[in-house]
Amino acid sequence: MAVSIEAPRAPRTRTTRRTTGRTNYELYGWVFMRASGVLLVVLIFGHLFMNLIDGEGISAIDFGFVAGKWASPLWQVWDLLMLWLAMIHGTNGVRTIINDYAERDGTRIVLKVALYLAFTVVVVLGTLVIFTFDPCPPDAPANLLPSFCTA
Amino acid sequence: MSTEIAPETGSAEQAPGGAPVREPQAAAVASGRGERPDDGSFDVTLRIRRYLPEKDATAYWEEFTVRANRTDRLLDALHTVKWEIDGSLTFRRSCAHGICGSDAMRINGRNRLACKALLKDLDPAKPITVEPIKGLPVVKDLVVDMEPFFASYREVMPFLITGGNTPSAERRQSPEDRARYDDTTKCILCAACTSSCPVFWNDGQYFGPAAIVNAHRFIFDSRDEGGAQRLEILNDKEGVWRCRTIFNCTEACPRGIEVTKAIQEVKRAMITRAF
Repeated sequence: MAVSIEAPRAPRTRTTRRTTGRTNYELYGWVFMRASGVLLVVLIFGHLFMNLIDGEGISAIDFGFVAGKWASPLWQVWDLLMLWLAMIHGTNGVRTIINDYAERDGTRIVLKVALYLAFTVVVVLGTLVIFTFDPCPPDAPANLLPSFCTA
Repeated sequence: MSTEIAPETGSAEQAPGGAPVREPQAAAVASGRGERPDDGSFDVTLRIRRYLPEKDATAYWEEFTVRANRTDRLLDALHTVKWEIDGSLTFRRSCAHGICGSDAMRINGRNRLACKALLKDLDPAKPITVEPIKGLPVVKDLVVDMEPFFASYREVMPFLITGGNTPSAERRQSPEDRARYDDTTKCILCAACTSSCPVFWNDGQYFGPAAIVNAHRFIFDSRDEGGAQRLEILNDKEGVWRCRTIFNCTEACPRGIEVTKAIQEVKRAMITRAF
Protein backbone atom coordinates (compact mmCIF):
# COMPACT_ATOMS: atom_id res chain seq x y z
CA MET A 1 0.00 0.00 0.00
CA ALA A 2 2.75 2.37 0.97
CA VAL A 3 4.80 3.55 -2.00
CA SER A 4 8.18 5.14 -1.47
CA ILE A 5 8.38 8.76 -2.60
CA GLU A 6 11.04 11.43 -2.45
CA ALA A 7 12.10 12.73 0.93
CA PRO A 8 10.18 15.73 2.19
CA ARG A 9 12.02 18.94 1.74
CA ALA A 10 14.51 19.43 4.56
CA PRO A 11 13.51 22.41 6.69
CA ARG A 12 15.16 25.40 5.13
CA THR A 13 16.41 28.20 7.27
CA ARG A 14 15.86 31.27 5.19
CA THR A 15 17.40 33.92 7.34
CA THR A 16 17.56 36.86 4.98
CA ARG A 17 16.14 37.50 1.55
CA ARG A 18 18.54 38.25 -1.29
CA THR A 19 18.03 41.97 -1.68
CA THR A 20 19.08 44.18 -4.54
CA GLY A 21 19.14 47.36 -2.56
CA ARG A 22 16.83 50.08 -3.72
CA THR A 23 17.08 49.91 -7.51
CA ASN A 24 14.43 49.84 -10.16
CA TYR A 25 16.37 47.28 -12.20
CA GLU A 26 13.66 44.61 -12.22
CA LEU A 27 11.00 47.23 -12.90
CA TYR A 28 12.83 48.58 -15.95
CA GLY A 29 13.45 45.01 -17.09
CA TRP A 30 9.74 44.26 -16.87
CA VAL A 31 8.76 47.39 -18.81
CA PHE A 32 11.48 46.75 -21.40
CA MET A 33 10.16 43.25 -22.06
CA ARG A 34 6.72 44.65 -22.92
CA ALA A 35 7.96 47.56 -25.02
CA SER A 36 10.60 45.58 -26.93
CA GLY A 37 8.10 42.79 -27.52
CA VAL A 38 5.69 45.14 -29.29
CA LEU A 39 8.49 46.74 -31.30
CA LEU A 40 9.92 43.37 -32.28
CA VAL A 41 6.61 42.24 -33.73
CA VAL A 42 6.75 45.19 -36.17
CA LEU A 43 10.48 44.81 -36.91
CA ILE A 44 10.40 41.06 -37.46
CA PHE A 45 7.30 41.00 -39.66
CA GLY A 46 8.66 43.95 -41.68
CA HIS A 47 11.92 42.03 -42.08
CA LEU A 48 10.14 38.84 -43.12
CA PHE A 49 7.96 40.67 -45.62
CA MET A 50 10.86 42.51 -47.24
CA ASN A 51 13.03 39.39 -47.49
CA LEU A 52 10.54 36.66 -48.32
CA ILE A 53 7.49 38.21 -50.03
CA ASP A 54 8.31 41.61 -51.51
CA GLY A 55 9.67 41.76 -55.10
CA GLU A 56 11.02 38.42 -56.30
CA GLY A 57 10.52 36.86 -52.90
CA ILE A 58 12.83 34.34 -51.29
CA SER A 59 14.68 33.51 -54.51
CA ALA A 60 16.16 37.01 -54.59
CA ILE A 61 18.18 36.48 -51.41
CA ASP A 62 21.91 36.26 -52.01
CA PHE A 63 25.07 38.17 -51.10
CA GLY A 64 24.05 40.98 -53.43
CA PHE A 65 20.59 41.31 -51.91
CA VAL A 66 21.98 41.57 -48.38
CA ALA A 67 24.71 43.98 -49.47
CA GLY A 68 22.11 46.09 -51.25
CA LYS A 69 19.94 46.29 -48.18
CA TRP A 70 22.81 47.23 -45.91
CA ALA A 71 23.91 49.97 -48.26
CA SER A 72 20.85 51.84 -47.03
CA PRO A 73 21.03 53.42 -43.56
CA LEU A 74 17.35 52.55 -43.02
CA TRP A 75 18.03 48.80 -43.16
CA GLN A 76 21.21 49.15 -41.17
CA VAL A 77 19.27 50.78 -38.37
CA TRP A 78 16.33 48.35 -38.79
CA ASP A 79 18.54 45.27 -38.54
CA LEU A 80 20.66 46.72 -35.76
CA LEU A 81 17.53 47.50 -33.72
CA MET A 82 16.16 44.05 -34.42
CA LEU A 83 19.41 42.38 -33.41
CA TRP A 84 19.85 44.31 -30.19
CA LEU A 85 16.22 44.22 -29.08
CA ALA A 86 15.84 40.52 -29.85
CA MET A 87 19.06 39.66 -28.08
CA ILE A 88 18.34 41.72 -24.95
CA HIS A 89 14.71 40.57 -24.88
CA GLY A 90 15.67 36.93 -25.31
CA THR A 91 18.59 37.06 -22.89
CA ASN A 92 16.47 38.70 -20.22
CA GLY A 93 13.80 36.07 -20.76
CA VAL A 94 16.28 33.23 -20.35
CA ARG A 95 17.74 35.00 -17.30
CA THR A 96 14.34 34.95 -15.59
CA ILE A 97 13.90 31.28 -16.53
CA ILE A 98 17.29 30.49 -14.97
CA ASN A 99 16.27 32.42 -11.84
CA ASP A 100 13.01 30.48 -11.68
CA TYR A 101 14.34 27.00 -12.29
CA ALA A 102 18.00 26.79 -11.22
CA GLU A 103 17.83 25.92 -7.54
CA ARG A 104 21.49 26.01 -6.56
CA ASP A 105 23.53 29.21 -6.66
CA GLY A 106 26.37 27.43 -8.49
CA THR A 107 24.13 26.24 -11.31
CA ARG A 108 22.62 29.67 -11.57
CA ILE A 109 26.00 31.39 -11.93
CA VAL A 110 27.33 28.92 -14.52
CA LEU A 111 24.20 29.18 -16.66
CA LYS A 112 24.14 32.97 -16.49
CA VAL A 113 27.81 33.32 -17.40
CA ALA A 114 27.24 31.07 -20.43
CA LEU A 115 24.16 33.11 -21.34
CA TYR A 116 25.90 36.50 -21.14
CA LEU A 117 28.89 35.14 -23.07
CA ALA A 118 26.61 33.95 -25.88
CA PHE A 119 24.84 37.30 -25.82
CA THR A 120 28.09 39.23 -26.14
CA VAL A 121 29.43 37.10 -28.99
CA VAL A 122 26.23 37.32 -31.04
CA VAL A 123 25.70 41.04 -30.49
CA VAL A 124 29.31 42.04 -31.22
CA LEU A 125 29.55 39.80 -34.28
CA GLY A 126 26.14 40.86 -35.58
CA THR A 127 26.84 44.56 -35.16
CA LEU A 128 30.19 44.20 -36.86
CA VAL A 129 28.62 42.40 -39.84
CA ILE A 130 25.85 44.97 -40.29
CA PHE A 131 28.36 47.83 -40.65
CA THR A 132 31.26 46.11 -42.40
CA PHE A 133 29.53 43.72 -44.77
CA ASP A 134 31.24 43.70 -48.15
CA PRO A 135 30.34 40.94 -50.61
CA CYS A 136 33.33 41.74 -52.84
CA PRO A 137 36.47 42.31 -50.74
CA PRO A 138 39.10 43.78 -53.09
CA ASP A 139 41.99 41.41 -52.28
CA ALA A 140 40.04 38.11 -52.19
CA PRO A 141 40.72 35.31 -54.71
CA ALA A 142 38.31 35.56 -57.65
CA ASN A 143 37.08 31.93 -57.36
CA LEU A 144 35.67 32.60 -53.86
CA LEU A 145 33.65 35.66 -54.88
CA PRO A 146 30.04 35.60 -56.04
CA SER A 147 29.51 36.05 -59.78
CA PHE A 148 28.23 39.64 -59.63
CA CYS A 149 31.50 40.94 -58.17
CA THR A 150 33.44 40.41 -61.40
CA ALA A 151 30.68 41.91 -63.53
CA MET B 1 -41.84 22.99 19.56
CA SER B 2 -44.60 21.23 21.49
CA THR B 3 -44.67 18.27 19.07
CA GLU B 4 -40.98 17.81 19.55
CA ILE B 5 -41.15 17.86 23.30
CA ALA B 6 -44.21 15.60 23.62
CA PRO B 7 -42.66 12.30 22.40
CA GLU B 8 -39.65 12.82 24.61
CA THR B 9 -41.66 13.29 27.75
CA GLY B 10 -43.90 10.45 26.64
CA SER B 11 -41.02 8.02 26.27
CA ALA B 12 -39.61 9.08 29.60
CA GLU B 13 -42.94 8.37 31.24
CA GLN B 14 -43.30 5.02 29.53
CA ALA B 15 -39.97 3.70 30.74
CA PRO B 16 -39.75 2.95 34.43
CA GLY B 17 -35.94 3.16 34.43
CA GLY B 18 -33.74 5.53 32.40
CA ALA B 19 -31.00 3.11 31.43
CA PRO B 20 -33.00 0.32 29.73
CA VAL B 21 -34.66 2.86 27.44
CA ARG B 22 -31.36 4.40 26.39
CA GLU B 23 -29.82 1.06 25.47
CA PRO B 24 -32.09 0.16 22.56
CA GLN B 25 -32.09 3.78 21.39
CA ALA B 26 -28.33 3.82 21.14
CA ALA B 27 -28.36 0.49 19.35
CA ALA B 28 -30.93 1.69 16.87
CA VAL B 29 -28.85 4.75 16.06
CA ALA B 30 -25.72 2.65 15.69
CA SER B 31 -27.37 0.17 13.35
CA GLY B 32 -28.80 3.04 11.36
CA ARG B 33 -25.32 4.43 10.95
CA GLY B 34 -23.89 1.09 9.90
CA GLU B 35 -26.48 0.34 7.24
CA ARG B 36 -27.36 3.82 6.05
CA PRO B 37 -30.44 2.71 4.10
CA ASP B 38 -30.39 4.76 0.91
CA ASP B 39 -28.99 7.90 2.53
CA GLY B 40 -26.50 8.48 -0.28
CA SER B 41 -23.44 7.62 1.78
CA PHE B 42 -20.48 6.09 0.01
CA ASP B 43 -17.01 4.69 0.57
CA VAL B 44 -14.14 6.98 -0.19
CA THR B 45 -10.43 6.21 -0.26
CA LEU B 46 -7.97 8.82 0.91
CA ARG B 47 -4.41 8.51 -0.33
CA ILE B 48 -2.52 10.54 2.22
CA ARG B 49 1.13 11.50 2.09
CA ARG B 50 2.42 10.52 5.51
CA TYR B 51 5.60 11.76 7.10
CA LEU B 52 6.38 10.71 10.65
CA PRO B 53 9.88 12.01 11.38
CA GLU B 54 10.12 10.19 14.72
CA LYS B 55 9.62 6.85 12.95
CA ASP B 56 10.99 7.24 9.45
CA ALA B 57 13.03 9.85 7.62
CA THR B 58 11.15 9.30 4.38
CA ALA B 59 7.58 10.12 3.46
CA TYR B 60 5.20 7.48 2.10
CA TRP B 61 1.68 7.17 0.77
CA GLU B 62 -0.97 5.51 2.90
CA GLU B 63 -4.53 4.75 1.92
CA PHE B 64 -7.55 4.79 4.20
CA THR B 65 -11.08 3.89 3.20
CA VAL B 66 -13.88 5.51 5.17
CA ARG B 67 -17.65 5.77 4.91
CA ALA B 68 -18.79 9.29 4.03
CA ASN B 69 -22.00 11.22 3.60
CA ARG B 70 -22.94 13.33 0.61
CA THR B 71 -22.58 16.39 2.81
CA ASP B 72 -19.18 15.41 4.22
CA ARG B 73 -16.13 17.45 3.51
CA LEU B 74 -12.60 16.12 3.22
CA LEU B 75 -12.00 17.36 6.76
CA ASP B 76 -14.77 15.04 8.04
CA ALA B 77 -13.09 12.10 6.33
CA LEU B 78 -9.73 13.08 7.86
CA HIS B 79 -11.43 13.28 11.26
CA THR B 80 -12.86 9.80 10.77
CA VAL B 81 -9.38 8.49 9.96
CA LYS B 82 -7.79 10.22 12.95
CA TRP B 83 -10.52 9.40 15.45
CA GLU B 84 -11.41 5.87 14.39
CA ILE B 85 -8.55 4.35 12.37
CA ASP B 86 -5.14 5.95 12.95
CA GLY B 87 -4.69 8.52 15.71
CA SER B 88 -1.18 9.36 14.51
CA LEU B 89 -2.49 11.14 11.42
CA THR B 90 -1.58 14.79 11.93
CA PHE B 91 -3.14 17.85 10.35
CA ARG B 92 -4.11 21.38 11.36
CA ARG B 93 -7.63 22.59 11.73
CA SER B 94 -9.22 25.10 14.03
CA CYS B 95 -12.61 26.52 13.10
CA ALA B 96 -13.35 23.87 10.45
CA HIS B 97 -15.54 26.33 8.58
CA GLY B 98 -13.26 28.09 6.14
CA ILE B 99 -12.41 31.11 8.24
CA CYS B 100 -9.29 30.37 10.26
CA GLY B 101 -7.17 29.20 7.31
CA SER B 102 -5.51 26.32 9.18
CA ASP B 103 -6.28 23.35 6.95
CA ALA B 104 -4.96 24.32 3.55
CA MET B 105 -3.64 21.20 1.84
CA ARG B 106 -2.97 19.84 -1.61
CA ILE B 107 -6.05 17.85 -2.53
CA ASN B 108 -5.88 15.96 -5.82
CA GLY B 109 -3.02 18.24 -6.79
CA ARG B 110 -4.86 21.48 -6.03
CA ASN B 111 -4.54 23.66 -2.97
CA ARG B 112 -7.82 23.69 -1.09
CA LEU B 113 -9.13 24.04 2.43
CA ALA B 114 -10.05 20.55 3.65
CA CYS B 115 -13.05 22.09 5.44
CA LYS B 116 -14.41 23.58 2.21
CA ALA B 117 -13.77 20.66 -0.14
CA LEU B 118 -16.88 18.48 -0.38
CA LEU B 119 -16.02 14.83 -0.99
CA LYS B 120 -18.77 14.43 -3.58
CA ASP B 121 -17.10 17.18 -5.64
CA LEU B 122 -13.72 15.43 -5.55
CA ASP B 123 -14.75 12.35 -7.57
CA PRO B 124 -14.91 9.83 -4.68
CA ALA B 125 -14.85 6.94 -7.18
CA LYS B 126 -11.08 7.34 -7.31
CA PRO B 127 -8.70 7.66 -4.34
CA ILE B 128 -8.37 11.29 -3.24
CA THR B 129 -4.75 12.29 -2.83
CA VAL B 130 -4.01 14.52 0.13
CA GLU B 131 -0.59 16.12 0.57
CA PRO B 132 0.85 18.94 2.62
CA ILE B 133 1.06 22.27 0.77
CA LYS B 134 4.24 22.56 -1.30
CA GLY B 135 7.28 24.75 -0.85
CA LEU B 136 7.24 24.86 2.94
CA PRO B 137 9.15 22.40 5.15
CA VAL B 138 6.98 19.49 6.29
CA VAL B 139 6.90 19.06 10.06
CA LYS B 140 4.67 16.00 10.23
CA ASP B 141 2.12 14.47 7.86
CA LEU B 142 0.05 17.39 6.58
CA VAL B 143 1.54 19.98 8.91
CA VAL B 144 4.11 22.35 7.43
CA ASP B 145 6.32 24.99 9.01
CA MET B 146 4.54 28.25 8.19
CA GLU B 147 7.36 30.48 9.44
CA PRO B 148 8.88 31.36 6.02
CA PHE B 149 5.37 32.30 4.88
CA PHE B 150 4.76 34.56 7.87
CA ALA B 151 8.25 36.05 7.59
CA SER B 152 7.31 37.36 4.14
CA TYR B 153 3.99 38.56 5.52
CA ARG B 154 5.70 40.56 8.27
CA GLU B 155 8.14 42.09 5.80
CA VAL B 156 5.41 44.00 3.97
CA MET B 157 4.30 45.64 7.25
CA PRO B 158 0.67 44.48 7.30
CA PHE B 159 -0.59 47.20 9.62
CA LEU B 160 -1.88 50.76 9.27
CA ILE B 161 0.90 53.33 9.01
CA THR B 162 -0.12 56.95 9.63
CA GLY B 163 1.53 60.21 10.53
CA GLY B 164 0.46 63.16 12.63
CA ASN B 165 -1.74 63.10 15.68
CA THR B 166 -4.18 60.30 16.31
CA PRO B 167 -7.67 61.58 15.56
CA SER B 168 -10.13 61.74 18.45
CA ALA B 169 -12.79 59.95 16.37
CA GLU B 170 -12.46 57.07 13.91
CA ARG B 171 -10.52 57.53 10.67
CA ARG B 172 -13.26 58.10 8.15
CA GLN B 173 -13.30 56.65 4.66
CA SER B 174 -15.78 56.89 1.81
CA PRO B 175 -17.46 53.70 0.61
CA GLU B 176 -15.65 54.14 -2.73
CA ASP B 177 -12.26 54.31 -1.04
CA ARG B 178 -13.15 51.27 1.03
CA ALA B 179 -14.23 49.36 -2.06
CA ARG B 180 -10.83 49.97 -3.70
CA TYR B 181 -9.10 47.32 -1.59
CA ASP B 182 -12.11 45.30 -0.49
CA ASP B 183 -11.04 42.13 -2.30
CA THR B 184 -7.71 41.84 -0.51
CA THR B 185 -9.22 42.29 2.96
CA LYS B 186 -10.66 38.80 2.62
CA CYS B 187 -7.31 37.03 3.05
CA ILE B 188 -7.21 34.45 5.86
CA LEU B 189 -3.47 33.67 5.54
CA CYS B 190 -4.00 29.99 4.78
CA ALA B 191 -0.98 29.97 2.40
CA ALA B 192 -2.94 28.17 -0.32
CA CYS B 193 -1.91 30.80 -2.87
CA THR B 194 1.75 31.13 -1.93
CA SER B 195 2.25 27.38 -1.80
CA SER B 196 0.60 26.97 -5.23
CA CYS B 197 3.15 29.31 -6.86
CA PRO B 198 5.94 27.56 -8.82
CA VAL B 199 8.21 30.57 -8.36
CA PHE B 200 7.84 30.17 -4.59
CA TRP B 201 8.45 26.41 -4.83
CA ASN B 202 11.83 26.98 -6.42
CA ASP B 203 13.85 28.58 -3.66
CA GLY B 204 11.36 30.20 -1.32
CA GLN B 205 12.94 33.61 -1.85
CA TYR B 206 9.93 35.13 -3.61
CA PHE B 207 7.63 37.10 -1.29
CA GLY B 208 4.70 35.07 -2.55
CA PRO B 209 1.14 36.05 -3.45
CA ALA B 210 -0.19 36.23 0.12
CA ALA B 211 2.38 38.83 1.22
CA ILE B 212 1.63 40.93 -1.87
CA VAL B 213 -2.13 40.64 -1.30
CA ASN B 214 -1.72 41.91 2.25
CA ALA B 215 0.51 44.74 1.08
CA HIS B 216 -2.13 45.59 -1.52
CA ARG B 217 -4.72 45.81 1.26
CA PHE B 218 -2.78 48.76 2.79
CA ILE B 219 -1.19 50.29 -0.32
CA PHE B 220 -4.66 51.05 -1.70
CA ASP B 221 -6.15 52.08 1.65
CA SER B 222 -6.76 55.84 1.52
CA ARG B 223 -6.05 56.16 5.26
CA ASP B 224 -2.64 54.52 5.06
CA GLU B 225 0.57 56.49 4.52
CA GLY B 226 3.05 53.66 4.21
CA GLY B 227 2.30 52.88 0.57
CA ALA B 228 5.60 54.17 -0.77
CA GLN B 229 7.55 52.10 1.77
CA ARG B 230 5.63 48.95 0.90
CA LEU B 231 6.06 49.52 -2.83
CA GLU B 232 9.78 49.91 -2.27
CA ILE B 233 9.91 46.63 -0.33
CA LEU B 234 8.00 44.78 -3.05
CA ASN B 235 10.15 46.35 -5.79
CA ASP B 236 12.84 43.96 -4.58
CA LYS B 237 14.38 41.44 -6.95
CA GLU B 238 12.30 38.79 -5.18
CA GLY B 239 9.19 40.99 -5.11
CA VAL B 240 6.30 41.44 -7.53
CA TRP B 241 8.53 41.22 -10.63
CA ARG B 242 8.97 37.50 -10.10
CA CYS B 243 5.24 36.98 -10.69
CA ARG B 244 4.72 35.18 -14.01
CA THR B 245 0.93 35.74 -14.01
CA ILE B 246 0.12 32.05 -14.26
CA PHE B 247 -2.98 32.45 -12.05
CA ASN B 248 -2.27 29.42 -9.80
CA CYS B 249 -2.83 31.68 -6.79
CA THR B 250 -6.18 33.01 -7.98
CA GLU B 251 -7.31 29.45 -8.67
CA ALA B 252 -6.16 28.27 -5.24
CA CYS B 253 -7.64 31.05 -3.09
CA PRO B 254 -10.46 29.64 -0.93
CA ARG B 255 -11.81 33.15 -0.40
CA GLY B 256 -12.07 33.90 -4.10
CA ILE B 257 -9.61 36.79 -3.96
CA GLU B 258 -8.38 37.81 -7.40
CA VAL B 259 -4.79 37.39 -6.27
CA THR B 260 -3.08 37.73 -9.63
CA LYS B 261 -5.05 40.91 -10.34
CA ALA B 262 -3.96 42.36 -7.00
CA ILE B 263 -0.32 41.62 -7.84
CA GLN B 264 -0.68 43.34 -11.21
CA GLU B 265 -2.23 46.38 -9.51
CA VAL B 266 0.80 46.63 -7.26
CA LYS B 267 3.04 46.37 -10.35
CA ARG B 268 1.09 49.15 -12.02
CA ALA B 269 1.40 51.36 -8.95
CA MET B 270 5.16 50.88 -9.05
CA ILE B 271 5.39 51.74 -12.74
CA THR B 272 3.31 54.90 -12.41
CA ARG B 273 5.48 55.87 -9.43
CA ALA B 274 8.73 55.31 -11.36
CA PHE B 275 7.80 57.14 -14.56
